[in-house]
Order: sequence, then C-alpha cells, then structure tokens
Amino acid sequence: MNAASASMPAAAGVPKPKFDFVPLLLVVALALAALPFIRPSTWVTLTVAGLAMGMIVFIIASGLTLVFGLMDVLNFGHGVFIAFGAFIATTVFSAMSGYATAPALGPNLLAVFAAMLVAMALAGAVGLAFERVIVRPVYGQHLKQILITMGGMIIGEELIKAIWGPQQIPLPLPETLRGAIAIGDAAVERYRVFAVVVGAVVLAVLLFTLNRTKIGLLIRAGVQDREMVESLGYRIRSLFVGVFVAGSALAGLGGVLWGLYQQSVVPQIGAQVNVLIFIVIIIGGLGSTLGCLVGALMVGLLANYTGFLLPKAALFSNIALMVAVLLWRPQGLYPVTSR
Amino acid sequence: MLSRLLSHDLPRSRALAILLALAAIGLLLAPFVFPGAKALGVAAKIAVFILLVASYDLLLGYTGIVSFAHTMFFGLGAYGIAIASTRLGASWGAIAVGFGAALVLSLALALLIGLFSLRVKAIFFAMITLAVAAAFQTLASQLSDLTGGEDGLSFKVPQVLTPGFHLTRTLDGRLLTYYAIVLVVAISFLALLRCVNSPFGRVLQAIRENDFRAEAIGYRTVVYRTWSSVLAAGFATLAGALLALWLRYNGPDTSLAFEIMLDILLIVVIGGMGTMYGAVLGSALFLIAQNYLQELLQVAAGAASGMPAVALLLSPDRWLLWLGVLFVVCVYFFPSGIVGRLRLQAFRRG
Repeated sequence: MNAASASMPAAAGVPKPKFDFVPLLLVVALALAALPFIRPSTWVTLTVAGLAMGMIVFIIASGLTLVFGLMDVLNFGHGVFIAFGAFIATTVFSAMSGYATAPALGPNLLAVFAAMLVAMALAGAVGLAFERVIVRPVYGQHLKQILITMGGMIIGEELIKAIWGPQQIPLPLPETLRGAIAIGDAAVERYRVFAVVVGAVVLAVLLFTLNRTKIGLLIRAGVQDREMVESLGYRIRSLFVGVFVAGSALAGLGGVLWGLYQQSVVPQIGAQVNVLIFIVIIIGGLGSTLGCLVGALMVGLLANYTGFLLPKAALFSNIALMVAVLLWRPQGLYPVTSR
Repeated sequence: MLSRLLSHDLPRSRALAILLALAAIGLLLAPFVFPGAKALGVAAKIAVFILLVASYDLLLGYTGIVSFAHTMFFGLGAYGIAIASTRLGASWGAIAVGFGAALVLSLALALLIGLFSLRVKAIFFAMITLAVAAAFQTLASQLSDLTGGEDGLSFKVPQVLTPGFHLTRTLDGRLLTYYAIVLVVAISFLALLRCVNSPFGRVLQAIRENDFRAEAIGYRTVVYRTWSSVLAAGFATLAGALLALWLRYNGPDTSLAFEIMLDILLIVVIGGMGTMYGAVLGSALFLIAQNYLQELLQVAAGAASGMPAVALLLSPDRWLLWLGVLFVVCVYFFPSGIVGRLRLQAFRRG
C-alpha cells in the first residue's frame, strides 16, 4: 500500500476536489423561504408532498440522465416506460385484487411490491428491445436520435392504447396506504411517506452502486471520458446497454409510484411527465445523478408550494426555476466535466 | 419564368414534378373536383399545413434545429385572430390588429428563446422548447377569460368570408376564403423557397452539416440559427391565422396540442427533410391518410377479424401507430423522405 502511494507522488499532491454544497443548501433554502408565507402545519404537509413528488421524479429521471451522460443519448421516448410501468401496475393490482383491497398492511405492501417488481422487469425488457431496435442504429447522430426516440414514443403510446385501451384507468391506493397520519397539527398522507421511503432506498442503492462498486466506477468514468475508458479495454457499449435497461426499469418503477400518486393512469402520462423530467435534468446538469436529485427535489417542492400559494403559476414556476438556475450556472447545478 | 418563381430549385425528378403538379392542381380545383364540405375542409387544412410544415422544414431540415415549440407560434397566430375578432367584432381591422399583435409576440418570443438557448447543443434547445410549449399550452387553457379556456373561441369573420355571401351563384364566401388561403400559402411557400436558396439559406445548410466549420469560416452561427427560428416562427404564425380564418373557431386542440407538433414532425420526415417540396407531398399524404386511412383500416380490421390480436392493431383508432412505424422506417432508411428518394432515383437514372 505504501509502495503504491510512494510510486505515485503526484497523487498525493493533487488536492481532493471540494464537494459543492451550495445546490444542496439551495433545496433547504427553498423550503425555508416558503415557511413565512404558509402556516407551519400546512407547510409540513406541503413539504412532505413536495419531497415525495421530488423522489418519484428523481427515480424516473435518474436513468435518463445517466444514459445521456454515458452515451450522449437523449431518449425522448423515456416517457413510454413510465406509462408502461403505470399500466402494468393496474394489471397486477386487478390480478391481486384480494391483496390490494385487504385492510391489512402486509398483503397491501405485497401487492405494491409485486407491481413494482413486475413493472421493473417488463419495463427493463422493453428497454432492452427499445435500445436494440430504436436507439442503436443512430448513435452519435443527435438529430436522428431525437426524431427516432420521439417516433418510438408515438409507437409505444399507441401500443399501450391497443393493449389497455385509450381511456383513463383508475389505480386506487391499497387500503392501508390511504389517508393521513397526524403529526402535531399537520396531516401527512401515508402514501407520500411511503414514496419518500421507496425513493430513499432507490437513492441509497444507486449511490452505493455508483460509488462503491466497480461497475459504478466504470459508469462514472465513462460519463467523464468515454474514450479513455474504452482505451483501457472496457466495453462501454455493453455497459451502456446495462445502464439503459436499468434506467428503463427505474422509469417503470417510477411509473408505478406516479400512477399511485395520481390514483389513475392515462396513456398520455408519459408525455406529461417527460416535460417535468427534462426540466429536472437540465436544472441538475445533464448527466449528473446528484444534480438530478437536487433538481427533482426543488421542482417537487416548488410545484407544491406554488400550487398552494398561486395555483395558476404552478407550471411556470418550473420554467422560472430552470431559467433562474441556468442564469446562475449555465451548465446546470452540477456540470459534468468534459461537456 | 417558372424556374425563377421556384428560385431555380426545381423538382429534379420527373415523378416528383408530376406529383407536385398534381398536388397544386388538386388544391386549385378541389372545390369543383371533390364536392362536399368535408373534402373542401381537408383541402384547406392541407394548404395551411403546407405552410406550417414548410416553415418547420426551414428549422429542422435546413438548419438542423429540433424545436417542439412550433405549435406555440401556430397557436399564437390562431389565437391572435380569434381573440381580436371576438373582442373587436368581425372586421378587417380586427384581423389586422390580431395578426399584427400575434406576429410581434411570436417574433419576440422566438428571438428570446433563440438567444437564450441556441448557443448550446441542439438537444438542449429541443428540451427547452418542449418545456416552454407545455407552459404556453397551460397558459392558454388557464387564461379562460381571454382565450375561452378548453372550450376555445368561436367568432365571426368579415361578411365577405362567410358562406352567406355570394359573389356569383357558385362563388360564395367560403370558396373565396379557400382561394385566399391557397393564394397566401402559395406566395409564402415561394418566399420560403427563395429564402432557403439564397446565400442565407446556404449558410443555414452549412450550419446543419457542420456548425463548427461554419463558425470557423466566420459565420456567427448563433445569429443565423436565431434568424432561422424567428423566420420559421413568423410563417407559422401566418399559418395559424389562416387556420383560424378558415375554421372561424380556435381552441387548444385545434392549434396548440402536442399531437399537432407530432403531426408536423411526421410530415416533415416522411415528406423529406431539407427539401421544402416534402412539405407539399407530406401534408397532402398525411392529411388524406388522417381523414381517409381510418376508413381503409376499418376494412382491413374487418378482414382480419378472425385474428383478434391483428384486428386490434388494425383498428381504425390505431392509424397513428402505422404512421409512427412509417416515421421510424423513414428516419432509418430514407432520411430525406419521399422527395429525397424520388430525386435519388432520378439522379441515378440520369
């Protein structure tokens, strides 16, 4: 160990890059800035709701931003996986209706987790096919990529309509996840707490994989400098396929959560969420996972605060946030180097 | 003369020339050859879409920029006419005021979006425009006092343009409106053709092929890109105004919906990016398919009723699925669409 570090004297001299706390503080500042305008009990409710929404959006957007970071592929068809996941959930719920409507926590959670697992598996499988058929032939051609993934989205949405029908399908929450818990004066909806917990677990797994495993190291290195990783003998292509499939699976999972959050699903759900996740990954800095998290939380919180204070301005708040962030940091909150 | 009119950008393929001539003659004679209100409506919509898609082609096909906010400008034009006509009553003055205001707003918005986001990658611009367009759509449906919300606005047009007005026995106000639209579209299309075949258009194509090199030669790519997007926005506004005049109604679904943006994309790619003529053929094919393909699919679905899965995919509601497949196939195999394909064949033969 000593010998190794002695043979690399330069490494000791390179200062460790300082972690950039400012964007994280921004989330806290945003939450605190809203406090004077809202009663504290309502504020708690809204903040939990914002965090839940932010976590769901983060789960959906994390795959997209990694795929972009690694291979410069922006998938406009990402929304299809969200819609797909949500529709799978309706099917799983109706197949397990006994579990989903039972008034006990255990069977309810079983149904939800089963829906999540099935949605992730199937969305991942569809992602594999999507990558193979739609994305692979147009690497490195941005214009065609945008067009072709958009085409993939049209086809996917139509297929969903062919399978499940074009109408809105209700996706009621399982019995024990409905309603709210009272914390002091504040009412916090149970499902939102659940969504925050699931989001935190996904975040932990993602951070562990990215920061503590070899695959994660390769992914991070690939995001920084793809050619260098390739020249070291790693097949970044197969790594990319893996990330694409994982990203699709996460989008499927996010779709289940989002569908339960809205308590109904329509085939256009993908296109609707697409706008939101694009704003999030632009705010976060294209390709950055941490930036994606911060962006998602800010968007979620702001959407809930403005939805309460100025309902008409809700969607503009996201655009305004994006403009403000880009004026401050044109490359997003956590710019990925080499881009 | 004809060559001058077309800015020396001739079809360069006999088949294409014939198809274009057919489209032009079809549009000119539509009221007499294809009787009925539906056929005339389809013809008018084809004319409006030719202009709309051609203006988008300037952006996508010639400059290589993907924008998802094109329907926003289209909608601005339509809302300009609709709001002014509702507020000021049916008069030419109202139309002029509405169109003028919409045009100024469109150009300013396009300039703003362009300067803000065209400095960076194409992908970035695509995402920003998607977000802005979504926000605009929400705005239009929420300002219901002004825009009529989801219901939209029905309004009156000057008496000359109404069906009740008769110049002669056959030439009523409806026909007059139709020919006015066709005339404006023809002039604007030729203007766009002139635009892309000018030195300015050459620079746009250079930027599309290699923006780094274009910048190195000494062209300010940001300025050219912004100009291109402003010009395209202006023509889209005009197209929106024409549509509103034809329908005497405007709402979010007729001019602002994201589905229309997808339609434009499909038409440009299937017709042929960077050809202008693709807009003509693409619009004609697409709108005819949109209005009549469903009936054809009905027949096919009936024939396949023995196989439920196939019948489900062939159901008339799924016509967009097949256009989506055609779109993907086009992007892969015929990046220059129908027009590019025809020109290539003619080039190989000659």
